[in-house]
Amino acid sequence: MLKYVLKRIGLAIVSLFIICAITFFAMNAIPGGPFNGEKAKTEAVLEVLNARYNLDKPVPVQFYYYMRNLLHGDMGVSLTTGRDIKTTIFESFGISAKLGIRAVIVALIFGIIFGSIAALMRNKLPDRLIVFFSTLATAMPSFVLGSWLLLIFCLKLKWVPVFSVQEQNIVLPVIALSLYPMAYITRLTKTSMLDVLGQDYIRTARAKGVPALKVIFKHALRNSLIPVITYVGPMTAGILTGSLVIEKIFTIGGLGSKFVDCITKRDYTMIMGTTIFLATLMVIMNLICDILYKIVDPRIKFE
Amino acid sequence: MATENNNMAMPKKNPLSLQIDLSKFEKATDDEKKQQDVMSESVTFFKDGMRKLMKNPLAVGSIIVLILVILMMVFAPKFVPYSYEQIITVEGKRDKSAANLAPFEYSKLETKYIEQGGKVFPHIMGTDELCRDYFIRVVYGTRVSFLVGVVAAVMVVIIGVIYGSISGYAGGKVDMVMMRIVDIIYSLPEMLIIILLSVVLRETLQLDTFPILHRLGTNMVSMFIVFGLLYWVGMARLVRGQVLTIKENEYVLAARAIGAKPWRIIRSHVLPNCISVIFIAAALQIPSAIFTESYLSFIGLGVALPMPSLGSLASAARSGMQSYPYKLVFPAVMIVLIVLAFNLLGDGLRDAFDPKLRK
Repeated sequence: MLKYVLKRIGLAIVSLFIICAITFFAMNAIPGGPFNGEKAKTEAVLEVLNARYNLDKPVPVQFYYYMRNLLHGDMGVSLTTGRDIKTTIFESFGISAKLGIRAVIVALIFGIIFGSIAALMRNKLPDRLIVFFSTLATAMPSFVLGSWLLLIFCLKLKWVPVFSVQEQNIVLPVIALSLYPMAYITRLTKTSMLDVLGQDYIRTARAKGVPALKVIFKHALRNSLIPVITYVGPMTAGILTGSLVIEKIFTIGGLGSKFVDCITKRDYTMIMGTTIFLATLMVIMNLICDILYKIVDPRIKFE
Repeated sequence: MATENNNMAMPKKNPLSLQIDLSKFEKATDDEKKQQDVMSESVTFFKDGMRKLMKNPLAVGSIIVLILVILMMVFAPKFVPYSYEQIITVEGKRDKSAANLAPFEYSKLETKYIEQGGKVFPHIMGTDELCRDYFIRVVYGTRVSFLVGVVAAVMVVIIGVIYGSISGYAGGKVDMVMMRIVDIIYSLPEMLIIILLSVVLRETLQLDTFPILHRLGTNMVSMFIVFGLLYWVGMARLVRGQVLTIKENEYVLAARAIGAKPWRIIRSHVLPNCISVIFIAAALQIPSAIFTESYLSFIGLGVALPMPSLGSLASAARSGMQSYPYKLVFPAVMIVLIVLAFNLLGDGLRDAFDPKLRK
């Protein structure tokens, strides 16, 4: 067990290092330096500036300085606003996290409920409806869904205000963000529930006269939720990247829309910082899910 | 029959002989002989799978949808007299009133021209804000999205199959090292890396020497590069797993015994046995690539203008969403249709061809 956890942590550290390296060298490959402004600077000034920011050193040494700063939590300043990137990220991530956590909860709860219903009423009308809608939902890009929700509920039906400063409307973005993972969890729960329902211990429980509801909740559901845990990691990544477009559509000033803005504005340091931040989050979530999965399911052998 | 008579004539050599005493047997009746007849012709793996696939209405439906979409992609540009970047003109004059027309609506200049007896090809899906025919733009957008999906799938298959089969067949330390690399790549968040590389490559990539790639733009090429770098790992894992089990078979041992080279064994003995699994995974790869493309188009990293893609059309349509909702509907429905068709086809293929699900 310990060996597995250590191995997984080692892998996560390696991939984080690779992400940092890719970001650094990718950004380094872009032509033009930070001092190529409109005002021409003299050679002497440039030399002093380069020396001050260690830009006269060879690239590997620069990478070392970059990593050292990163580990100290220093991501530099934004090229367009001049603000410290770390504070910008942490300020705006609060909004994104509020949105994302709600989306995760909604997706998990409804996905598990729909999946269980579909499995228990196999080949009946509810099952068919659920399968139909979950298949449809997995074929719809989140920005199309978001735009349609905005069009129908804000512009045509006028149920929710398009934009309000006092109260950020969070219902539609959460729906738009959670529909794809919800559909996925529904399918996942359904297949694993069907698998569990065919097991011997379910038959034993039924045979010895355990009430039907107790069989479903205590024996079937608990065991069929194990595969769902593995999906929580990828789901976090999906919701984080999905929130880039959803926040843009619903004009929520979270990290997602900031990231899209800095892509269009070519704010390279900000792109770098945000990428590393989001990637770290995803890798850590994956790590936690993988370890949790092994702890929860005793049938899985440790390699 | 000849041997039968022969045996009857022969006396037993010794009591322990295994020679059969034919007097203890009776001849098979006609009825019993009939049981040995082969009732149906032998069915190959492929034929059997196709039969199962054709019985699946969802899979057949999605095949029909895909064929229709492909036919539209191929033939629509031949029938429609507009091109995707052409501003509508009437008798050589730029038609400024033709912006944002509804489907099958004609502009003022065009109605005048029709009244004079001229013929104008209808704008099946209306026009966009720059007076371009929207239908042909959707058709070209579909072409681009399809191309992205198929190219991504082909690249994933090529790299994944080569990597996976080498890793699986070689085994041992080679396998371990190769799979560690796969593990690391697998844990990278691919969407972020795609965004990052697209940002970088649009600054650094020089594509003037390749006209087709140049038309698609650096963003698409960088997306292909990233697909080639990251997306093959799933396929590599899959193929490796298959190769690991298949290489334990006797026929592989036999091939090795007569001195076949490893590459030949992989090519002609191992890979044909996992081709169905590869195909299913490739079919499911296409919609995910189309998703990625539309996503990138939305955040402004898609194909180069004026080339449309379904994602960039849908994202451009959002600005006029309230007045012209159909502009969002057409490309969005197209994306949903294609992705749905590929998803259902992939599921159908898995049900029909995956050896694990066969009984």
